[in-house]
Amino acid sequence: MTPSTDVAAGLETDALLDDPEIRIVVCCGSGGVGKTTTAAALGVRAAERGRKVVVLTIDPARRLAQSMGIDRLDNIPRRVEDIEGDGELHAMMLDMKRTFDETVEAHTDAERARAILDNPFYQSLSAGFAGTQEYMAMEKLGQLRARDEWDLIIVDTPPSRSALDFLDAPKRLGSFLDGKFIRLLIAPAKIGGRAGMKFLNVGMSMMTGTLGKLLGGQFLRDVQTFVAAMDSMFGGFRTRADATYKLLQAPGTAFLVVATPERDALREAAYFVERLAAEEMPLAGLVLNRVHGSEAARLSEERALAAAENLESVGIVDQAAGKAGLGDPADPVAATSPETPESPLSPEHGNEPSTHEPPQQEPHEHDRTSDTPAPHGRGDKSSDPSGPPTHTEADRHDTPATDTASVQVSVEVSVEQLTAGLLRLHAERMQVVAREQHTRDSFTTLHPEVLVTEVAALPGDVHDLAGLRAVGELLATGSASTPAGAS
Amino acid sequence: MSRFQVVSGKGGTGKTTVAAALALALATEGRRTLLVEVEGRQGIAQLFETDALPYEERRIAVAPGGGEVHALAIDAERALLDYLQMFYKLGSAGRALKKLGAIDFATTIAPGVRDVLLTGKACEAVRRKDKQGSFVYDYVIMDAPPTGRITRFLNVNDEVAGLARIGPIHNQAQAVMRVLKSPETAVHLVTLLEEMPVQETADGIAELRAAELPVGRVVVNMVRPHLLDEDALRTASGGRRKEIAKALTRAGVTGSAGLVRPLVTQAAEHAQRVGLEREQRAVLAGLGLPMAELPLMGEGVGLSALHELAEEFRKQGVGDETADAAGQTPRGGRPRGSGRGVGS
Repeated sequence: MTPSTDVAAGLETDALLDDPEIRIVVCCGSGGVGKTTTAAALGVRAAERGRKVVVLTIDPARRLAQSMGIDRLDNIPRRVEDIEGDGELHAMMLDMKRTFDETVEAHTDAERARAILDNPFYQSLSAGFAGTQEYMAMEKLGQLRARDEWDLIIVDTPPSRSALDFLDAPKRLGSFLDGKFIRLLIAPAKIGGRAGMKFLNVGMSMMTGTLGKLLGGQFLRDVQTFVAAMDSMFGGFRTRADATYKLLQAPGTAFLVVATPERDALREAAYFVERLAAEEMPLAGLVLNRVHGSEAARLSEERALAAAENLESVGIVDQAAGKAGLGDPADPVAATSPETPESPLSPEHGNEPSTHEPPQQEPHEHDRTSDTPAPHGRGDKSSDPSGPPTHTEADRHDTPATDTASVQVSVEVSVEQLTAGLLRLHAERMQVVAREQHTRDSFTTLHPEVLVTEVAALPGDVHDLAGLRAVGELLATGSASTPAGAS
Repeated sequence: MSRFQVVSGKGGTGKTTVAAALALALATEGRRTLLVEVEGRQGIAQLFETDALPYEERRIAVAPGGGEVHALAIDAERALLDYLQMFYKLGSAGRALKKLGAIDFATTIAPGVRDVLLTGKACEAVRRKDKQGSFVYDYVIMDAPPTGRITRFLNVNDEVAGLARIGPIHNQAQAVMRVLKSPETAVHLVTLLEEMPVQETADGIAELRAAELPVGRVVVNMVRPHLLDEDALRTASGGRRKEIAKALTRAGVTGSAGLVRPLVTQAAEHAQRVGLEREQRAVLAGLGLPMAELPLMGEGVGLSALHELAEEFRKQGVGDETADAAGQTPRGGRPRGSGRGVGS
């Protein structure tokens, strides 16, 4: 793990989860950074520390739901089995339409509710267009909080185009439902062109005329019917949107911004931090997810590469043996298909023999992990001049067959080659570590006040409660200075 | 190859980068491409290291051989006002509508209207011809919403056509749908060799197919190099640690004894990762779609990296098949546009 050098203080995850004053934790961040997994892991940890927790996920991967022992999450909190200790964990997944329907049913009489639910416009709206998901997530959060059944609600945020959407969407919908435009739309339904309302009607007919032309009369009538039926609820929508917004500003709420140590994700995180401050919403800290470290960090990238070169120049002597042992891709008549797909293996060994390829061409001496190794790694990349010239269209389209390579490997790798490989691997890791540290430093420079906890990159996905527990452990210990490297 | 290339993918898979690289790759040999953005993030401007894109098409890069990449950040509100202007010569009435919140309503709240406007604008660019009757853009590449929303996004026109049963929006929606469901369009999904993105890709493909939208390629992004043979690693974690320590010392690494264990551990992690990647690759292969692979760009993606990725696309024949596909695409020189009618 990278020594967290100039970070002022770490985020005390356990203290946050244990704090009885904290009733809501919101996990936010851009797409693909592991928000949902983080939310679930926090839920497991909080529950196992004795709290009664509900996790509201928005769009969990199937495997994640299964990892909590629930085959399909739905709009009802389900208790997660096998939680250790006295706490409880419940998990649910937001069902937008269901939540919207319930909201309608709860706030109007049965007849009106039916009229609304049957309206085609409503049906499209509730099925999830712009902002509905965000609005309903906040609505659901408000409902859960109002029930007061849980000590702690952990909420995931929708996978928006921007991490900020869920803050804006409810306001937008709320202000629309309260707005002038909608008043105008419902006007005809209410006043029906009564005399004395001429003034309004002129404006109105211009409006509806235009919209009618644009959208078609039926559509507009659907909207009008919908709006008229919703009329009784407008106040309520606005009020609840405001209430939820205030709830988010309350001291009982803590925001965790989740990001990976990559430029885009951290840029988004920085925006978010700023936005939360502007909205006076309480930020607990940053969860830096999938951080790489190395326990051999004292061996620098440069030294590792130099050492690898040393060994390889020795190794060239017994190169022949090494290559035979590896089922060398450079051997064009090898049993495998021309592109030797998955001898993912050993670019060095693979390539050395093909003399026209500069053998020690430092795969990543400068920055780029990418330029050299990729083509080597998979001989199919048409770029590889050492490969036999068999790049047909088909080759490219096929995924390399999976297991051909391991077949004839009889592992006669010289210790030099092996060690050189380990060193190159280490160099690559150090490069990643340095890059992540750099990205992270730029964030820290901007926002030194933000507390951080790091979660080491795991080689695979989380599949079960034990996996979530492990992530929870990392979340709790990630602010300590030197946990073990990625495991 | 289809002239309308839609690029989607799970969040974090780099779809904007892939779309940009594709736009560059397809712009070779004097072609002209348009890269459109629909989510208002200005991701394209960041990638190409230019100022934020306005709502207007402008050239942002040149490709080898004199090709050009143009870009446009489609803004739903502006697109709507365009339409109103086009159909009704609204002028100041447009502003009045805006004041009332009608434009807001139409572009942010009303079901689907926003998406109709966005896809509509892109399709207009696909079909646009110059005075000589040639296509203005050889390809239009869209940095589209993520996999989880792509089918709904593209298919929304169907829904809207049903909701608004007559009128220009209805007609517009139907016209857009004709383009989107034709071979003129290909929807590519970007993934990483990780379980969740791969799963989402598989689900996304199923959804697209169910909606009869044309699926293009699976683009595996950020492929990391395989540096070490797993079998060698197995040996390494076995009995050769002492030898490795000696080799390290020979290579001039001091204090090698303490390094062997972490090095071997890292190698084991690597092997595990390679194994998982192999599984995911198999899953992707099972989808039966053409694939393309782009390497991980170590330092993040800037302009030069974009060119490298575009080159990688070209090497893998993305864009060639184009030329081969029924001679649909123009090739060669400046005079852009094949003049082939596509109809919509």
